[in-house]
Amino acid sequence: MTIRTDALPTQEMTINMGPQHPSTHGVLRVILTTDGEVVTRAVPDMGYLHRGLEKIGERVTYAQYMPFTDRLDYLAAMNCNCAWAWTVEKLAKIEVPARAEYLRVIVCELNRISSHLIAFGSYTADMGAFTPFLYAIRERERVNDLFEMLCGNRLTYNYARVGGVSGDAPPGFLEKTKEFLDYFEPKLDEYNNLISYNKIFVHRLANVAVIPAEEAVAYGLTGPNLRGSGVPFDLRKDEPYSVYPKFDFKVCVGTGERGTLGDCFDRYMVRINEMRESVKIVRQAVAQIPDGPVRAKVPRLFKPPVGEAYFRSECPRGETGIYLISDGTVNPLRLKIRTGSFVTMNIFEKVTRGLMIADVVAVIGSFDIILPEIDR
Amino acid sequence: MEALAISLVNAVPLLAGVPLWTVTLLLMVAVAAVILVFALTFEGVGSLVLRKVAGDIQARIGPNRVGPNGMLQFLADGVKLVLKEDIIPANADRLLFKLAPYFVFVGSFAAFVVVPFGVGLIAADLNIGIYYVMAVTSLVVIGVLLAGWASNNKWALLGGMRAAAQIVSYEIPVGMALIPAVLIAGSLSLQDIVRSQGGLLGIFGWNLFHNPFTFFSFFLYFTAAQAETNQTPFDLPEAESELVSGYNVEYSGIRFGLFFLAEFGDMFIVAALATACFLGGWNVPFFHVGTLPWIWGNLLSLGVFLTKAFAMVLIMMWVRWTLPRLRVDQLMRMSWKYLVPLTFVNLLGVSLWLLVFRGKGIPGMIASLFG
Repeated sequence: MTIRTDALPTQEMTINMGPQHPSTHGVLRVILTTDGEVVTRAVPDMGYLHRGLEKIGERVTYAQYMPFTDRLDYLAAMNCNCAWAWTVEKLAKIEVPARAEYLRVIVCELNRISSHLIAFGSYTADMGAFTPFLYAIRERERVNDLFEMLCGNRLTYNYARVGGVSGDAPPGFLEKTKEFLDYFEPKLDEYNNLISYNKIFVHRLANVAVIPAEEAVAYGLTGPNLRGSGVPFDLRKDEPYSVYPKFDFKVCVGTGERGTLGDCFDRYMVRINEMRESVKIVRQAVAQIPDGPVRAKVPRLFKPPVGEAYFRSECPRGETGIYLISDGTVNPLRLKIRTGSFVTMNIFEKVTRGLMIADVVAVIGSFDIILPEIDR
Repeated sequence: MEALAISLVNAVPLLAGVPLWTVTLLLMVAVAAVILVFALTFEGVGSLVLRKVAGDIQARIGPNRVGPNGMLQFLADGVKLVLKEDIIPANADRLLFKLAPYFVFVGSFAAFVVVPFGVGLIAADLNIGIYYVMAVTSLVVIGVLLAGWASNNKWALLGGMRAAAQIVSYEIPVGMALIPAVLIAGSLSLQDIVRSQGGLLGIFGWNLFHNPFTFFSFFLYFTAAQAETNQTPFDLPEAESELVSGYNVEYSGIRFGLFFLAEFGDMFIVAALATACFLGGWNVPFFHVGTLPWIWGNLLSLGVFLTKAFAMVLIMMWVRWTLPRLRVDQLMRMSWKYLVPLTFVNLLGVSLWLLVFRGKGIPGMIASLFG
């Protein structure tokens, strides 16, 4: 007997997930084709937040572009600030005072902590547990307070400058930072006890959207998403910049401890462990920071020599590479930014095939995408 | 109800000329009003407590603006819900869309009729009490499914389908987990079940401690009931992060309010059933409430019942703000592969126990050892 499939015809359903959806982390639109709850195809549709950041770069001066990098990744504005400063300094071969570099590393790592906190918090909220999100916000608040003390802003810092940072750390800042680290480090164990190893949470994440190491490399994943697949690639170690070689820290990789190597749980755990490493780095930086000026002499009408430079740095969401061409005028001739989230979206369609709708949310959360990075 | 009406007519000579059915009807309306007012008050206070407890758990303050300490927040919310524009989507099935909230609301509130609040405080002591609760709460499925379908929204449809599958699947373990209490009392009436847990054993007279199987079945019931009422970690039909808001995504104003109220009502029903069937209901430990004057006995038993029920509701809220959410296939697997077989085995265990030990529980046997 043959089974008649025409008797009860079923139809695939096309659903718009976003651009207004609570768990696409912004204005990402995913066109889902589903068979009931099972996703047969999930195509990300990007561009809702396009602001032409690269084109703007050709119309403003090198110093004026700094506030725009805040908006490149608003959860890790310090990292983007510093990435821009490092690129321009590489282009113009500017020597930066040591104290400025130390301050940059401190703020970058603090910002990595606060960014990973949001990643952790919003991920648990996506999984239906709203409480850890508020715990994460509570800790992030302290980082914001530190940054406010340093530069007066709490979200878009605009702290780095070409040739240094905008101002030296105010008195008491380093002590406050140490205080925060002492407060924060035990909290990570608390998170692990409360939610990371919760049975339901592990069941939701383990073995979901497994990305093998070769595939992760082939699709150009970077940052925690690549390390979650077990590839120990970290620009701070492998292509050291700034004063990172002076610090002792380890590169966290996924271990497949609760499922398969490269699943959502590994990517989640990498972020949790990275916060601990960042704490380590900040501790060392605060202990070693030298005295001295925080800004090199850079002419007010800054004209870098003709040439080009590409600089990549390790941002919380992967590698941020900035490519600059200078024609010797006050404006860059061409600016191109490569961001972690954008590249990560390539693999999205592949890993979500055959998952359930709830898993698509888990995948988006585990990639820790941020929309201004995707659309620029 | 009729007996009460007769006694009322006898007590008040003024009513002698009125036909009996009129008095009965009026009494019914009055009792319904009292229950509705109680339920709504519970909802208001419940939502306030929920938000305060949630605030405490989540390291924040919770409502503190309306009234002293935010106590009137629920009134403000209620007024807001009533005054909001009632939007019906252009492509919705208007009739079904309007009908759906009533099904959900009625299904949840009709169950209050048989809740034994006190020794004499029960709207109708039906001899099929538990059966009735299971039956009327099933009405919720129809309402939820209608809401999901009539909204003409794919997210709502998915939510409605999830809800229907979930509620139907979890009704079986809920029912099976409640049967041990019925077996021990030998009656489906909730008052009889509560009375069977009285006596001089104190809290050890509760069905919870009757034998190991009933102890287990309390937890089975509580877990399954959490799922049947769509509480976290089983809140898939209204999973905000996946389905935007689930079956009620297109509803606004008081229609949304009805869904919201029904959810709280369900929560209380679950807590009340757990209290009545396993935690001794309104029985005061080591004390016979019936010996007190009617008014004091009822007040005392009402206090005891509400304390227990609210404690259960608080535990549900605690769970709600602690756990993440299951995935839909994991949810189904949990029901059909674990809860359903376990409740059946458990039921068998209770029946065998009652057969072998002639209905005596462990505390009862220990007590009889000491004369």
